[in-house]
Amino acid sequence: MKGGAETADRSQHGQNHDRQAEIWACLQGVVDPELDESVTDLNFVTKADVDSENRVHIEFRLPTYWCAANFSFLMADDMRRVVSALDWVEGVSVVLGEHMYADKINAGLAQGLSFQETFGAEADGNLDDLRQTFLVKAFQRRQVALLHHLTVAGHSAEMIVSLTLMELGCLPVDDESEKLVRRYLERRAVVGPLRSDAPAFVDAEGARLKPDGFAAYVSRLRRVGVNAEFNGALCRGLLSVRFDLETPFVPTSKASSKTPDSQHVP
Amino acid sequence: MYRTAKGEEIFVIDGHTHFWDGSPANQKNIHGKQFIECFYAYHSNLSPPSEKWELEKFEKYDAKTMFDDLFVTGYDDMAILQPTYLTDFYKNGFNTTERNSAMKKSHPDRFILNGAFDPRDGTKGLEDLHALSEKHKLKGVKLYTAEWRGESKGYKLTDKASYKYLEAAQKLGIKNIHVHKGPTIIPLNRDAFDVADIDDVATSFQDLNFIVEHCGLPRLDDFCWIATQETNVYAGLAVALPFIHSRPGYFAHVISELLFWVGPDKILYGSDYGIWTPKWLIDKFMAFEIPADVTKETGSVLSMETKIKILGLNAARLYGIDVEAQKKKIRAGGGYAHLPEAVHAPR
Repeated sequence: MKGGAETADRSQHGQNHDRQAEIWACLQGVVDPELDESVTDLNFVTKADVDSENRVHIEFRLPTYWCAANFSFLMADDMRRVVSALDWVEGVSVVLGEHMYADKINAGLAQGLSFQETFGAEADGNLDDLRQTFLVKAFQRRQVALLHHLTVAGHSAEMIVSLTLMELGCLPVDDESEKLVRRYLERRAVVGPLRSDAPAFVDAEGARLKPDGFAAYVSRLRRVGVNAEFNGALCRGLLSVRFDLETPFVPTSKASSKTPDSQHVP
Repeated sequence: MYRTAKGEEIFVIDGHTHFWDGSPANQKNIHGKQFIECFYAYHSNLSPPSEKWELEKFEKYDAKTMFDDLFVTGYDDMAILQPTYLTDFYKNGFNTTERNSAMKKSHPDRFILNGAFDPRDGTKGLEDLHALSEKHKLKGVKLYTAEWRGESKGYKLTDKASYKYLEAAQKLGIKNIHVHKGPTIIPLNRDAFDVADIDDVATSFQDLNFIVEHCGLPRLDDFCWIATQETNVYAGLAVALPFIHSRPGYFAHVISELLFWVGPDKILYGSDYGIWTPKWLIDKFMAFEIPADVTKETGSVLSMETKIKILGLNAARLYGIDVEAQKKKIRAGGGYAHLPEAVHAPR
């Protein structure tokens, strides 16, 4: 009997392990909207556990105590959404640590509130516009990386802008361009429908790129990529200074944000 | 004063320095503690190991340390003191015009003292600005559009109240408006990094100069676009420059974009002292060249002429500093006594 129980334990353990891997895979798809990089690659997520009742417990922290509340909330909300979409998940808790709004954001998340509901009068609108702005920037950054790659590979501006989405998918590719194409296509729908005969390369307004002015267009977009990479480097650096990334995470937001003389922490 | 290997003297104006008190004794609450610790993280992350300070020194340094770091060990000839009040976090404020004025008083030829205003202070604030300007003969102010004020978590330059203050600045001869648009604190869903308000006021106030500190990071892309279109918008390099050590590749891209969009006449060096110190920043900057592959993309080159503009001539123009006359004054006051005799005649 004892052996049977052990086997059952092991299989339970194995299933739990698979489920945990599934959670991490889901979280891999959640990005910091500003950096357009995965929250797991950025080392923001410190815990993603599944308990015996299939409830998921996620904890994360950010490079500074001051990181924008709106972006922090967006990421937490996105994590909650992707994990909740798994059919076996019975509940998701997302907890932000060591942030000036940790308690407020965590309370809002626990009650399933929106950003606006969480912050009330301090917030002045919902996050949809902000989300859209950064989706467009992500689209532009991924597009310029791909355009640059195709140009270096010897494709002319005329050829590049003539491509349909289907033709882009059929280009003979190496690993690098396959990755760039995949990343680009993940955001292409932000600016226009993904029909196979639609132009592969359109601007932020959805208009097909033209060979005239192609180089100037690429120059303008290059700024977006440089900016995002710079921010990414800054954020990684600050995170690594702020936290010893080798040591397991201990949330201390409760302790650190309790200040009787603070006027601002509710 | 920076001297090149050939003996050429480069006059350096540091566009961004602070004389702050972030010590525990001055902290009002947890935010004061977290604020200075965040600054310290910037310092630790981007400084070369040999240039790192202990937290205690970083929290509060004395006037002599600052003077030596800027003008004796460092290559600065002059420095602009930019205030940061943060009175909600610090009992006596973090880095007020009053506190900075002690530095200016001791070394009048070395410092340019800037003031500050906050449009949310209403009529009283306008009166204070008049008084501050009269007392210190201000030529510039530093604004924090993301600063907390009671329930408010920031403001925009396009707010009606901001216009009133900018009109007042114009009348008072305060020509240089330094706006902190960079890594900041506590923006809620209002995007405090957003640089669009600069575009609007730069058009409305053509005879004011808008120096966008930290060149709009983390919105460099939007900032470049605005600066291209407005002749009176400048880029302050503080925070971008220290990447020259830890991430020279990123710095190359950033300076290359700034040169392409903003141009060599509108970029200002700033150390952001005490987060970083001028000595190593300028040593690295003078030795820096934009790699060929980056130049190929933008056509930007960081020539000696451009470096000289960025390090001092651009700021001198904005603040009406006659470089040769100022050098004479500093030399007469013994300010260059620590330098070895020039090998060649100065330029």
